[in-house]
Parts: sequence; structure tokens; C-alpha cells
Amino acid sequence: MTDALLKVKNLKIGARIYPPGEKPKDIDIVHGVSFELEKGKVLGLIGESGAGKSTIGLAAMAYGRGGVELTGGEVWVNGREILHTSRADLRHLRGLEVTYVSQSAAASFNPAKKIMEQVIEASVHAGKFSKKDAEARARDLFDKLGLPDPDNIGDRYPHQVSGGQLQRCMTALALCPEPDLVVFDEPTTALDVTTQIDVLMAIKAAIRDTGVGALYITHDLAVVAQVSDEIMVLRMGDMVEHGTTDQIINNPREDYTRDLVSVRSKQHEGQAPTDNPILRVENVTARYKGTNFDVLHDVVMELHPGQTLAVVGESGSGKSTTARVITGLLPPRDGKITFDGRELSADLNGRTREDLRELQMIYQMADVAMNPRQTVGTIIGRPLEFYFGMKGAEKRNRIIELLDEIELGEGFIDRYPAELSGGQKQRVCIARALAAKPKVIICDEVTSALDPLVADDILKLLENLQKIEDVAYLFITHDLATVSAIADSIAVMYQGKVVRYGPKAEVLSPPFDDYTDLLLSSVPEMRLGWLEEVIANRKMESAGN
Amino acid sequence: MMRIPPAAMIGLFFTGLYFFVAIFAPWIAPYSMTEAVGDVWEPASAKHWLGTDNIGRDLLTRMIYGGRTTIFIATAATILSFTLGSILGLTAAVIGGWVDQAMSRFVDLIMSIPTLIFALVVLSVMPVTLPILILVMGLLDSTRVYRLARAVAVDINVMDFVEAAKLRGEGNRWVIFREILPNALSPLVAEMGLRFIFAVLFVSTLSFLGLGVQPPNADWGGIVKENKDGIVYGIPAALVPAIAIATLSISVNLVADWVLNRTTSLKGGRG
Repeated sequence: MTDALLKVKNLKIGARIYPPGEKPKDIDIVHGVSFELEKGKVLGLIGESGAGKSTIGLAAMAYGRGGVELTGGEVWVNGREILHTSRADLRHLRGLEVTYVSQSAAASFNPAKKIMEQVIEASVHAGKFSKKDAEARARDLFDKLGLPDPDNIGDRYPHQVSGGQLQRCMTALALCPEPDLVVFDEPTTALDVTTQIDVLMAIKAAIRDTGVGALYITHDLAVVAQVSDEIMVLRMGDMVEHGTTDQIINNPREDYTRDLVSVRSKQHEGQAPTDNPILRVENVTARYKGTNFDVLHDVVMELHPGQTLAVVGESGSGKSTTARVITGLLPPRDGKITFDGRELSADLNGRTREDLRELQMIYQMADVAMNPRQTVGTIIGRPLEFYFGMKGAEKRNRIIELLDEIELGEGFIDRYPAELSGGQKQRVCIARALAAKPKVIICDEVTSALDPLVADDILKLLENLQKIEDVAYLFITHDLATVSAIADSIAVMYQGKVVRYGPKAEVLSPPFDDYTDLLLSSVPEMRLGWLEEVIANRKMESAGN
Repeated sequence: MMRIPPAAMIGLFFTGLYFFVAIFAPWIAPYSMTEAVGDVWEPASAKHWLGTDNIGRDLLTRMIYGGRTTIFIATAATILSFTLGSILGLTAAVIGGWVDQAMSRFVDLIMSIPTLIFALVVLSVMPVTLPILILVMGLLDSTRVYRLARAVAVDINVMDFVEAAKLRGEGNRWVIFREILPNALSPLVAEMGLRFIFAVLFVSTLSFLGLGVQPPNADWGGIVKENKDGIVYGIPAALVPAIAIATLSISVNLVADWVLNRTTSLKGGRG
């Protein structure tokens, strides 16, 4: 009855929630979303967490996660309605006509089975291909997706390939039964930027070559701009804007979309280093207990009062380990930490209360960084009590002052962490660190778990607080956009070494070393054709060598 | 007003009833505990609601006083085992290193000996008094609580909020009692219900074997022992304490389940 591969009409999705201390209630998480997708086209679904993008993606397979119910509307795939179809029909649909690529390939593969077995399972089980044909097809897909040794990689177990490779294997798994539609649910979010670019390119090429239609779900507009033909912006279960990729990126109509497009444009004017660094990391070499290799080699960096030093690198580069050494959680094998002119004890237990007070830390996952059984007032109040001996009204007034500083206000004092949003939680963690009146705060990936707009607000807040409280930040991140938004100087880390270090302007201008070049060029930019450009550049460079 | 699910309601009712009867036994019991007031094994009547026992004492009175003893011993032993076991378990997890190793291996050593045999040996050389009985049961049970508390605390100990407390310079006492204990409470409370029941069964077993509560004092295990011969003649007196033990077990567990559910859903606490 229709040409569209996927047609969603007025889709409504509900869920039952259990608010603390109240009766369970039913809420709508998607309120009547409609769209169509033609064969061979890619539609990007974009929005913050809670926007309903994954839920809509799964609805394209007539599936709702636990507690979620598809309450209304219609979903048509290949001209038939699937919300009210038989189980047998659904079984054929899922995994053959519509397939799914999830965010975490590592959690989705069965660790006890070889990759090939899992890639061909659906097609062989449904009798679509013979085992031999399916394997041949899988090998072909491995090759197309740029996996090394495509003939034999299927014989490996999931833990024997890297994260980026496994994500590509998962794409092969989804494409193997020749589906008409693939749902990509944040396929590159868990990957490092340098890995993300390869996976993106592989996915894009595979979509083009096989001619499948795809729903590409992500919170990163710059990423979706590279792969999709159309983009739909979602917010809290409502469609905000739907248009071609070109229109959304270059000519957004709605304010919300405009915010999303400009989210990473915040810049910070780098300051010149002063004479006396507040924190010096001198030739630190460290290893974890029970291992026989160093995770940090001869790390040197300096942080100046009231400034921000960004430590950048991909996962495993030693950024967080550096933080652990500075805080005294991991005593180094060699080298020393100097703070405000005095040498800090290598071990946490050897430090004075004053040492501890002046060096505070904010964590990546705000929800596990706060005791779920303590109220916001207790969480922020404890450092006041502990370091300054504050009690009663004095303490309460200071807590309220801090809550005002982080733009939350007195009303939050008796709330529990579970009653806060992700951004609010991170704000409370910032207030807890500030309560100690520290000279240095170590920020370990503090914005990575947050939505872009929320992360932007947190960065702005941190910058303001730096001016008010004159505190220095050691800012650990893998995200270069964050770096340019906040840093005065930058240390680029790779495999436990600092490969590039200096004032921001210097580090971010050529000539680059190879790794910094790779890192900088891998950060997705908010424009069309960026991906092709980078790939073309890299091909030229490698041809030139 | 909070809503109590029916299962928890039943549990609460019976648990409450048993505890109420145990506490106010001297005022509730119709006869004296030790006095023979009728014939041997009289059937239930208006005068003796549950009949009489093997030497003609009122069975209802024996049950009420027996429940008092059993519940008191079990409660005291459970409190002892939980205080000791959880404090030691949490301490071992937080301090770690050789302290943890030494305590854990010692606990392994004790746990490798079957509890009943261990208790029988100890009680056969020691005078069997209530404090000793409670001490032996509490100490033996605390090894189990130690294991659980330590396992739970090891998980919580690596969470960022505990690290944050350590970085702040907090001492072990704050970390154990303010950061870890509140988050370990849910599994411990659930275990507490279970441990209490084991204590009831354990003291009943000991009394049945003659090493627990000594006559003429009553306790449920002892009443089964005294009346077990009647079963051959079709006299159900021994079943009454058995039913009491069963209903108490089930209702305490229903309450523990409900408490566990409530504490995990409140405040987003983890289980």
C-alpha cells in the first residue's frame, strides 16, 4: 500500500515508573511521533537521554524494553503493520528483515561462542542461507567493513578483537541476513574518537553498498551528520524538527536544534602560565600492584594557580592513573608530586588534612560518586564539618550558599541523589569539592556521561566558579571539544606517556606529532562531508609516505 | 499512608502475635508452666485449648512459655551474630590486607566444622545456661554474617563515593558506619530474617537433643521432645510446636522480604 520501507504513524509509547515514596504511575515517553523512511536511506534520530530515540528505534522491530509498552499508533514495515501481528511473523521480522546494532558490542556478543557462529546464526537458523553461503557472506562483510584478516577473524572469540573491531563485527551480524532495515543504536558512542572514525566510515560504506535503510540513533549531531540523509530531532518524546541533514545542520529552524548545532562552539581564551605552579608532577612512573609493566612513564606536567590544565588521550592512555597518582591513591614507583612548593607524600595516608583539603576531586559518574543514602545537605555539609568544624546554622548557611553558587538553590538540601537529574548530580559533586575551599580540583571526565547541552552548562559553571573561587582545574577528558572550551594548557597522553605538552594555542597549532594529528583530525565536526574529507586526507598522506 | 501488601500483612500479624505472646507470657498463660493440671495427653477442650502434655501440664501454657524462651534466645543470638559479624565483615573489607586474610581464614576454619557438631561439643563441656547458649549460637552464626557483610562491603568499598570519603581523609570508622553500612543494610536485613529462623531451628534442635533449654523450662524444641512418643498413639501434641516453628519461620520471612523491597525502592538505594 506504500512505497516506504518503514512508516511510523502517530506512535505512542508508555511506561510505568516507580517514583520514590509514591504509587507507581503510567507515563507517556513518546507522544505521537510520525515519520517515513525510504529504502536505502538513512534517518538519524537525535536527542538527549530520555528523548525516546532508542525506544522509537526498538519500536521499529515492534519491541519494547521491560516495562515499556507500545500504546498507540502504527508501525509499517515493508507494507504491513507490525504492532498487531502474530508472534511467528514477528520472529521472521526481527533479526531478518529488521536488525539491530547496539551501543555495547562487548555486552551483546556471547563471550563463549566464536564470532562467526553468532554472525550467521539468524540467517542459518531461519533457513535463509545455508551455513556455507552465510559464512561466505559474513567473510565478504568483514572485508567490506575493513576488518583485518576477514577470512579468519570469524574464528576468534569476542574478547580476542578490539572494541572497534567488535562493533564492526556486530554491524556484520546485523547485515548478514540481508535485512531491509538496520537500527543502529549509538554504535560509536562507547568508542574512542580515533576508533570511532573507522567504524563510522565502515558503517557508512556498508550501508551504501548493501542498500539497506537505516535508523541511526545517537546523541551526537556531528556524528549523525556524517552518515544520514535525513535527521529527526527528538526531545522528551516529541519531534522537534525533521528535515534533510543539510537543512538541520546549516539552517535549523527550531531554537533547540540551533542549540544542539552550536553546542560545541564554546571557546576559552587560554592564559599564559605563571611563575609558580601550584601542582607539579615530576617524572612520575607508576604501575599497578601485581602487574609487571608501567602504566605511566616519566610523566611531567604543571598546573598554574587559577588555570586549567587539560589532560587528553584515549582510554588506556594513563589519564586517570595520573589522577590517582596525584591524589595519592596509587603511590608512584618513581618521581614526585609537588603541591604549592612542598612535596606531597606519595601515599594517601602520609598526607595531612590540609593537603587533602586543598586537592579535591570530581568524578565522571556523579551517581556513584555520591552516597545514595545521604541527602544533598549531608553530602555537601560533610567537608564543611570535617575540614572547618562547622555546625548547625553556620553549616546550613554555607551549604545554601554553595547550592546557590551551583545554581540549584536551597530547595535541594533535603533531596537524595536519586531525585536529581544527571546534570544536577554533577553540580552537587562540584559543590562538595568547592566546600573544602581547595586550590586544585581534579575533574575526571566530568562531562562525558552528560548530554551535550547539559555538559556545556557544567563547563560554563566550572569556568565561572574558577573566576570566583580562584581554583585550578586538572581536567581529564577524551573530548577535544571540551578541551578548547576550558583549557589554558594541554597535555596529550598516549600509552602512558605525555606526547605533547604546552599552552593551548601551541598544542593545538601545527606542526603536530603523529598522534596529536590523528586525535585532532578524528573529532567529528558539525558539517557535511567532514568524514569523507578526513578519510581522503589520510589516504593521501599514507600514499605520500 | 503507606500500603502494606497482603503477604507482608499476614507476616506482620503472626510475627507480632508471637512476639506479643512471648513478651507478655506470664500475663497471658492460663496456668502455671510447671504444674500438672490434668491427665496425661488430654485432648483439646474448653479447659485446655490445646490439651495437655506427657505429664499433664497445660500445653497452651507450655507453648506460650516455650515461645518466650525460643524467641528470646533466637533474637538475642541473632542480634549478637549480626553486630559481631557485620562489624567484623565491614572492617575486614575496608582495611583489607593481612587483617582481612587473617580474619577470613579464621572464619573459614570455623565454618569448616559442622555447626551442630561444634555446638554439641562445646555445650557438652560447658554448663548449659541461657547466656552460654546464646553466646555459642551467636558466635557460630556470626561467621555466616561475616561472610555476607564482607562480600557486600567489598563491592561498595570500590565505589567512587567511598573513594571520595577516603580522599577527604575520613577514618575507617566513618567509612564503615556512614558510607558502607547504610548501603549494605538491605541485604543484611534480608539475611537477618533468615538467620533468625535458623536460630529458632537451631535452638529447637539443641533442645530436642537435650543440650538446649533444660527442663522444667519449656521451649518449642523441648516440647516436641517431651511429646514425641505420643505420635505413635495418634496424639498430636508434638505437632503443635512444629506448626508454631513453621508459621513463625514463614511470617518472619514475609516481613523480611517486604522490608527488603521497601528499603531498595526508597531513595534509589542499591540492593
